[in-house]
Amino acid sequence: MPRQRKPVPGVDPKLLIKDAARLLPEPSRRLFLRGAASLGALAVLSGCDIIDGDTSENALRVISTFNDRVQAFLFNPNTLAPEYPESMITRPFPFNAYYSEDEAPDVDADKYQLEIGGLVENKKPWLLPELYKLPEVSQITRHVCVEGWSAIGSWQGVKLSDFLKLIGADTSAKYVWFQCAEGYSNTVDMPTALHPQTQLTLKFDHQILPRAYGFPIKIRIPTKLGFKNPKYVTAMWVQNNDAGGYWENQGYNWFSGL
Amino acid sequence: MTIQATTGPSMTATATKPVIHPRWVRVTHWINALATLLMIGSGWQIYDAAPLFGFTFPTKIALGNWLAGALLWHFAAMWLLVINGLVYFMLGFLSGRFRRKLFPISPAEVLHDLLAALRGKLSHDDLSMYNAVQKLLYLGILLTGVVIVLSGLSIWKPVQFQVLTSFFGGYNTARYVHFAAMTAIVTFLVVHVTLAVLVPKSLRAMIVGR
Repeated sequence: MPRQRKPVPGVDPKLLIKDAARLLPEPSRRLFLRGAASLGALAVLSGCDIIDGDTSENALRVISTFNDRVQAFLFNPNTLAPEYPESMITRPFPFNAYYSEDEAPDVDADKYQLEIGGLVENKKPWLLPELYKLPEVSQITRHVCVEGWSAIGSWQGVKLSDFLKLIGADTSAKYVWFQCAEGYSNTVDMPTALHPQTQLTLKFDHQILPRAYGFPIKIRIPTKLGFKNPKYVTAMWVQNNDAGGYWENQGYNWFSGL
Repeated sequence: MTIQATTGPSMTATATKPVIHPRWVRVTHWINALATLLMIGSGWQIYDAAPLFGFTFPTKIALGNWLAGALLWHFAAMWLLVINGLVYFMLGFLSGRFRRKLFPISPAEVLHDLLAALRGKLSHDDLSMYNAVQKLLYLGILLTGVVIVLSGLSIWKPVQFQVLTSFFGGYNTARYVHFAAMTAIVTFLVVHVTLAVLVPKSLRAMIVGR
């Protein structure tokens, strides 16, 4: 997840467009640049009103959707993310969200239950002690942030594909949607959800997941950018419609595969 | 040139000048110029989200305004850059232009022409012939183009293309390689544009071909 949105407060988008346009030869300016500089401005100034934006911005969105398909094609369900020795774990592993650490959700373990919904046979909610009893897998993989930085962490939990089987999920459905305690959300494609390293994570470095890293549940997906790894997960739905996600809805690429 | 045999005496001197840059070179050159500027501008904005060094690029000279916008531009312009680049390389090899224009090249020649250039005694009479310094710079920038695309792919897909990523020394090192290649291209651009301005007929040749 990006640490924070990086709008530029107090910057006139029209001036930005002019500045950006200086970089380019004359004929191409109008065609390619108006949307570019106004893109972020629109996202910031008008909230979710992005669809009403320029045609050039819409063109960028269309290409991003095309890139989703290219990435789904490049995604090999049998290709594993590289794993690393314990000595390479980044310590301290960074806390990362669009809010500060003391604003992170503080989930009450005793009251917590994981809500299950959608195309699933058994929608019984799960309590934490039940989840802790399930067979555990472990991975030491690289978390790559959309910002460019990366960190190596150690995660333990239940293989998500096993859990989906356990609850009788229809794995021919297209998506799995995750809802989080603070309102964050993510939609993930089913092939990625079924990837052998995709994990319903309950522990970091063999300790119960601390609040900073997403207590009680993080979905660890080493084949996707960090913001596609939801934390503080409270609900999981198997469905055929794309429910989007917190950052995806603001213009970040949907598939965001690694 | 066969053109001269088929044109009559009434044709102007300009029209009978031999073609220095065929149309495909000019078209791919200017598409590449646009794609390169888009990639650099958006790349600077992306860099700013997690700087590798102790500085950032001013948002005013970067493209995309914020990270999401810059990423949209970067991963759109990459298609322009790569498809145009592939067409250019294919035609460059098939037409024999690379072989004709860039080879042979020897260190002694490069040194000789570099010294001549620094003394201001390098001839630009025949624009269809590259001097040894030009040959070296153009070979270098072609290679850098390959490196920046491959290192970019290894940052974009460090799982699916992990063999490529490890070739560049892993994810983190690949970011530095990508940055270094950008720096090389920007440096080349400064020299390239300065020289084009100093020898305006070379700019003209890249626009009208002669």
